[in-house]
Amino acid sequence: MRGEAGLRAMQARDWRRRWHNRAATSILSIMAVMAIAPLFFIFVYLFIRGAAGLSWAFFIELPRPVGESGGGVANAITGSAVLLALASAGGIPLGLAAGMKLSERERGPTSQMLRAVIDLMTSVPSIIVGLFAYAFLVVPLGGYSAWAGGAALMIIMLPIVARATEEILNLVPDHVREAGLALGLPRWKVTLMIILPGVKAGLATGVLLAGARVAGETAPLLFTAFSNQFGFRGLDQPIASLPVQIFTLASNPDEISRQMAWTAALSLVFLVFIVNVITRLLLRRK
Amino acid sequence: MSVTTTAAEAAQSSKALSVQGLNAWFGDHHVVKDVSLTALRHEVTALIGPSGCGKSTFLRCLNRLHEEIEGARVRGEVWIEAQGAERLNIYARDADPVRMRRRIGMVFQKPNPFPGLSIFDNVVVGLKLAGVRRRVLLEEAAEHSLKQAALWDEVKDKLKKPGTSLSGGQQQRLCIARALAVRPQVLLMDEPTSALDPISTARIEELVLRLRNEVTVLIVTHNMQQAARISNQTAFFLMGELVEAGPTSRIFTKPQDTRTEEYITGRFG
Repeated sequence: MRGEAGLRAMQARDWRRRWHNRAATSILSIMAVMAIAPLFFIFVYLFIRGAAGLSWAFFIELPRPVGESGGGVANAITGSAVLLALASAGGIPLGLAAGMKLSERERGPTSQMLRAVIDLMTSVPSIIVGLFAYAFLVVPLGGYSAWAGGAALMIIMLPIVARATEEILNLVPDHVREAGLALGLPRWKVTLMIILPGVKAGLATGVLLAGARVAGETAPLLFTAFSNQFGFRGLDQPIASLPVQIFTLASNPDEISRQMAWTAALSLVFLVFIVNVITRLLLRRK
Repeated sequence: MSVTTTAAEAAQSSKALSVQGLNAWFGDHHVVKDVSLTALRHEVTALIGPSGCGKSTFLRCLNRLHEEIEGARVRGEVWIEAQGAERLNIYARDADPVRMRRRIGMVFQKPNPFPGLSIFDNVVVGLKLAGVRRRVLLEEAAEHSLKQAALWDEVKDKLKKPGTSLSGGQQQRLCIARALAVRPQVLLMDEPTSALDPISTARIEELVLRLRNEVTVLIVTHNMQQAARISNQTAFFLMGELVEAGPTSRIFTKPQDTRTEEYITGRFG
């Protein structure tokens, strides 16, 4: 039955299979490299342009008048930290709560409305969020403030945290949840005390990504937090931030400002990176 | 049956669970049709039948888990016969499903220890979240339940390790310990060995035989040899109906319904 001809046909098929496999692998590899390349080039270019301006003074000193060399962006670094803390204080708990509600996969009217609102919030341009905060916080309170900036960032952060939470909770099989219910525990306790601890690494990643995204937002801060050159002066006062500082510095005509803009950009990317790495290490040790 | 009590007394006092006219639906799909069944104390009841016959849904009605699914409905009565106390219907209008589930534990098809919780916490989490705070009580409960589940010797030196670090068979025994820790009167098992190797399966079967002294067991199984090995009573389900229930030895030797006979002799299903 299996003669010389049959064997040769089999070898040919085998060769063709190998070739297909190799071709597919190469194409996928090339596409993966193409996807990562832009990010890689941004990092390299940022490093090349930004590293020249790095010094201790850059991180701990306040900006000097335009045209004068030296000085730093300490105001923007503390400002970004304050704004991020304000945004997280509201955005993380509210986002987690919304995500938990969404993951219950109920079809009631409240769940459907929540889902629609979260979808809508994700797609609102960030400048509109800034306008909203301007109209409802800046104008009534009579001026730019850290509160208004933090609120704007919170509105951007909330749906990202909610979506990430929902997706991660949906990865937990239904029968694990049912095992909790079968112990005679109410549903909220099962989600909060049993399911959540099991996915805390995933949740932390989601929260971090949301934080990183918000840390780089410029538009919503332009007319909410505004900026200042003096460092932190209270939550009801205008406050600087790295993205807005980069925007201002890069708009200046002089070479010194532009160098500082590059260095500030590098610092922003690096700070986000560091926070990411530290959190991941802490979670792994647990 | 004990010789010191009369037959009638024994029958009365040894009832553990009585199901009366139970119906269950998924949306418009009627999956359990008017089933009545009694499980006796110190006995194992096996539920057998082809896939999709409603036996798992029936089991999930017995701890009110079926209704947690969107669009699912139940009608009927499930009475728990508490010894020295009043019997109660878990589907009574004022019965709280959460409280009812504490009396009826469940073990699932796939071992499902809670991820992120240690072996110890997996066992006592039901007690902890029900308000038991004293460490000594929790430790006692953990040791007792793990011994009941024949897992204590294997895990007593690594109680702080994650529950998910155990092997499949050990995980399933951990889930049994977890269910036993809240001291249920009835233990429901939904194909507990279908994801396990033969040796782990044998250990779980031995365990079930020992556990019936403390809890009433209802077990869904696809494996008829398993039903024959470990159960006292067998109930055969087909297309949502309970075709026949009776002592296991009789069901497997002299079934009264031809459909039961065809199923156990392997002519379908």
